[in-house]
Amino acid sequence: MLYFSRLKAAIVIGACLLGLLLCVPNFIAAPLKGLPWPQIHLGLDLRGGSFLLMQVDMNAVAKEKLGSTLDEVRQDFRKASIGYTRLASDATTNQVQIQLLDANQRAAAITALGDMLNPPNGPGSLADFTAGGDGTNLILTLSPPAMQARAKAALTQSIEIIRRRIDSTGIVDPQIAQQGNNRIMVQLPGITDPQHVKKLLGETAHMTFHLVDESVNANSGQQPPPGDAFLPMQDNPSQKIAIQQSVMVDGADLTNAQAGQDPQTGGWVVNITFDSLGSRQFADVTSANVGHPFAIVLDNQVISDPVIREAITGGRAQISGSANAQAATDLALLLRAGALPAPLTVVEEQSVGPELGADAIRAGAISLGVGFVLVIFFMAAFYGLFGWFANIALIANLIMMMGVLSLLGATLTLPGMAGILLTLGMAVDANILINERVREEVRNGRTPLQALEAGYKRAYGTIIDSNVTALLAHVMLFIFGAGPVRGFAVTITVGIVTTLFTATVFARLLTSRWYVYRRPAALPV
Amino acid sequence: MRFFYKPLFRLVPDGTRIHFMRGRYAGLIVSAVLSLASLGLFFYPGMRLGIDFKGGVVMEARTPTPPSFPAIRAALAAHDLPDAGLQALGAKNEVMIRLESRANAEATDAAVARVHAALDQVAPGNQVLSTSAVGASVSAQLFHQGLMALGLSLLMILIYIWFRFEWQFAVGAVVTLILDITKTIGFLVITRLQFDLVMVAAILTILGYSTNDKVVVYDRMRENLRKYKTMPLRELIDMSINETLNRTLGTSMTVFLAALPLALFGGSSIQDFAIAMLFGIVVGTSSSIFIAAPILLFLGEKRLRRDTRPAKPESAKKVQARL
Repeated sequence: MLYFSRLKAAIVIGACLLGLLLCVPNFIAAPLKGLPWPQIHLGLDLRGGSFLLMQVDMNAVAKEKLGSTLDEVRQDFRKASIGYTRLASDATTNQVQIQLLDANQRAAAITALGDMLNPPNGPGSLADFTAGGDGTNLILTLSPPAMQARAKAALTQSIEIIRRRIDSTGIVDPQIAQQGNNRIMVQLPGITDPQHVKKLLGETAHMTFHLVDESVNANSGQQPPPGDAFLPMQDNPSQKIAIQQSVMVDGADLTNAQAGQDPQTGGWVVNITFDSLGSRQFADVTSANVGHPFAIVLDNQVISDPVIREAITGGRAQISGSANAQAATDLALLLRAGALPAPLTVVEEQSVGPELGADAIRAGAISLGVGFVLVIFFMAAFYGLFGWFANIALIANLIMMMGVLSLLGATLTLPGMAGILLTLGMAVDANILINERVREEVRNGRTPLQALEAGYKRAYGTIIDSNVTALLAHVMLFIFGAGPVRGFAVTITVGIVTTLFTATVFARLLTSRWYVYRRPAALPV
Repeated sequence: MRFFYKPLFRLVPDGTRIHFMRGRYAGLIVSAVLSLASLGLFFYPGMRLGIDFKGGVVMEARTPTPPSFPAIRAALAAHDLPDAGLQALGAKNEVMIRLESRANAEATDAAVARVHAALDQVAPGNQVLSTSAVGASVSAQLFHQGLMALGLSLLMILIYIWFRFEWQFAVGAVVTLILDITKTIGFLVITRLQFDLVMVAAILTILGYSTNDKVVVYDRMRENLRKYKTMPLRELIDMSINETLNRTLGTSMTVFLAALPLALFGGSSIQDFAIAMLFGIVVGTSSSIFIAAPILLFLGEKRLRRDTRPAKPESAKKVQARL
C-alpha cells in the first residue's frame, strides 16, 4: 500500500503538475493566437454584465409554416387546375383545411400536393403533412415529428443569428447557449444596460420586397382581396399600403448591407447588395414593373414604397426611411446577420453593475480565504504532521480542481466559489477517515508501518462508498438541474473526483516518502 | 514544532462508550415533531420564494445618503408601482426593490423604467447596482426541474446504498435525508431566508454532506456486523457510532469552519447560502447518530442477524488474525 514505484510516483506528481499547468491560462494572456487557451469564466456577479434568457416562439414557427403552405397549395392547385372553394389554416390544430369543388378531384389534389405529403428524401425521412378528411373535405395536418425537427432547426438557427448579431456589436466574450427545448441563454459581460441589445435581439428582421397592388385602397377599411395584405407604414402606422403577398425578392438573398447617407437628400439609408439569385429576381421584377411602386417590408411593416424608375440590374439597392444614424446602422446589422426564424421574447433578465461586482468580490474573497485558513489550521492542530500532509493534498486538490474547471471553460460565480470551499472542507474527510483508522490501528498495538498500511487499506472502502454516493447525487443534478444548479453540480462533481485522487493517492505518496525517509519508531497520531 | 508534528487535541477521548441507542425514541420523536412542524410551516406561512421561483423584478440600488423607505415607497406609488416591496441590504445606504411578475416583457421594461424614474426623484445621484427580471413561466419550470433533480438524487442514493449494503441501510439513509431536508425547509421558513436557485444548491450540498456522513457510519456498522457475529445489533450500532465519533465530529468541524466566515461576512449573495449550510451540517451530523442509526436498529433488529449462527471462538480469532 505504501510502496510507490518510481514510475507511479512520477505519474502522481505529473498529474498534479498538469493541474497546475491547466491553471496557467487564467493568469496570463495567450502568447499565440489560435492556441487553445481554456479559462475559467467569471460569472456576471463577479464582473458585472447582463444575462438574458430568451424564448423562441414555437407557435410562430408552426404558424409561419402553415402560412407558407397556403401559398404552396394555391400554386400547386393552379398548376394542376384543381378547383376549391375554401383554403384556410388553423393554428390551434396545426391544420390546413381545404374544401374541394369536386370530390372526384381528391386523388388528383393529393398527387398535386406530392412534395408536402411524401417524405422528401425517400422512405424513412419525415413528410411535413399527413392528409385526412373525406369527400370534398381535405385536411392537411402538420405531423408532430416534422414539427419537432422544424422547432429544433429554428432554435439552432436562432442561436446562430443571435451570435452574429451580438458579434457585430463588438461585445467582448459573449456566451450564447441553448437551454432546454426552446430557450437561449445570452451572457454579456460588461454590458450593464442591456436595453439596446434586447432591442437588437428582439427584432425578427425578416425583410421582403413586394409589388404594391395599386387597384385597391388599403385605407378604406375593407378586407384585402385574396393574395393581398394591408400592411402599416413603419413611420406612420395609421397609413396602410396594399401589397401583393407573393414575395418578389427575399431579404435572405442579400450578401451585404451597409449604413450610409444619401448624397442628394442627406438622409440615412442602408445600401444593400443582392447575391446572384436575388439580383436576377430583382432585375426581372423591376424591369417588368417600371413606373410602378414596390414595398420594402420588414417584420410586417412597410419601411418604404418607392416607385421603380428604371430596371435595377446591378443587384444593388438603397433602403431609405431610417430616422438617424443609429437606426440605419442597426437595420444594416440586422439585415447582414439574417432574419430570425421566429420571434424571440425575453423571459428572464439580470444585469449587475460593476460596483456590486467589486463589493461582492471583496467580501467573498475575504470570507473564502478565512474559511480556507480555518480548515488548514484545524487539520494541523487535530492531526499534526498527517494534518499537514492532508493540507498539502488539499492545496493540490484546489489546483487540480481549478485546472479541470479551466479545461471545461466553467463559469465561476460567487455561490460556485462557496461550493468549492465547502467541497474542500468535505475533501479533508477522506484524510480524516485515513488518519482515524491509522490511529485505531496504532492503538490496537500495530507497528507504524502496519498501522499505515492497514489504515489506508481499510479507509479506502469507506472513502469510495461515501464519495460515489455523493457523486451519483450530483450527476443526477447535472442531468436534470437547470442553469446555476447545473454549474454547481459540475463544480462539486469535479471536486469529488479530484478529492479521490489527492486525498488518497497524493497524500499517500507524501506519507510514504516521509516514512521511507524517517523510519519513525512511533507515528505522530 | 509540536504544532507541526503532534496532534494538539482530540474532539472526544478515544474509547468512548456512549449508549446512543438509549436515546433512540427521544431522537426519533424529536425529529418527527420537528419535521412535521416544518411541513406545517411549509404550508403556512410558507417559504419566502426568491425571484427565481416566483417571477418578478428585483433591483438593488445605492443611494448617496441612507435611503428613507417611506419616501421611496411614496415615490414608487406615485409612479404607479404600489405593489413594490422594499428591503434593506447589508450596507446602510443600499436598498432592494422588488416587484411582482408582469404580464410580458414590455410591461416589465416599463416597470423597471418607472423604478429608475422614482429613484431619481427621491434620491438623485443613485446607482442601480443590479436588476433581475424573471418571467412566471420560467420560474415554474425551474421549480419543477429542481424538485425532479432532488427526487432523482434521492433515488440514486437509495439504489446505491441498497446495492452496496442492505435495503435496511438504504431505507434508513433516505428516510433520514428526507427528514433532514424538511427540517432545512422549516429553518428557511422561520429565518425568512429566501428560497431561490442558490438555496437549492445549498440544500443539495447539505444532502451530499449528510449522505456522506451516513455512509461512513453505516460502513463501520457493516464492518462490525462481519467482525462480531454474535453481538446484539443495538450494542453493535452503539460501538460503531462511538468508534467513528471523532471522524464524524472532525469532518463536521472542517465543513462548519469553512462555512462560518461565509455566513458571518460573505456578502449578501452567499450569506444565506452559508447560513443554511451551517444549519444543515448540524442537522446532518446529528441525524446520522440519532435518526439513521435508530431506523436501522428497528428495521434490522431481526433481519440483519437472521442468517448468522453464534460464531465459534476460534473463528472469531481467525477474523482477528486476518485483520
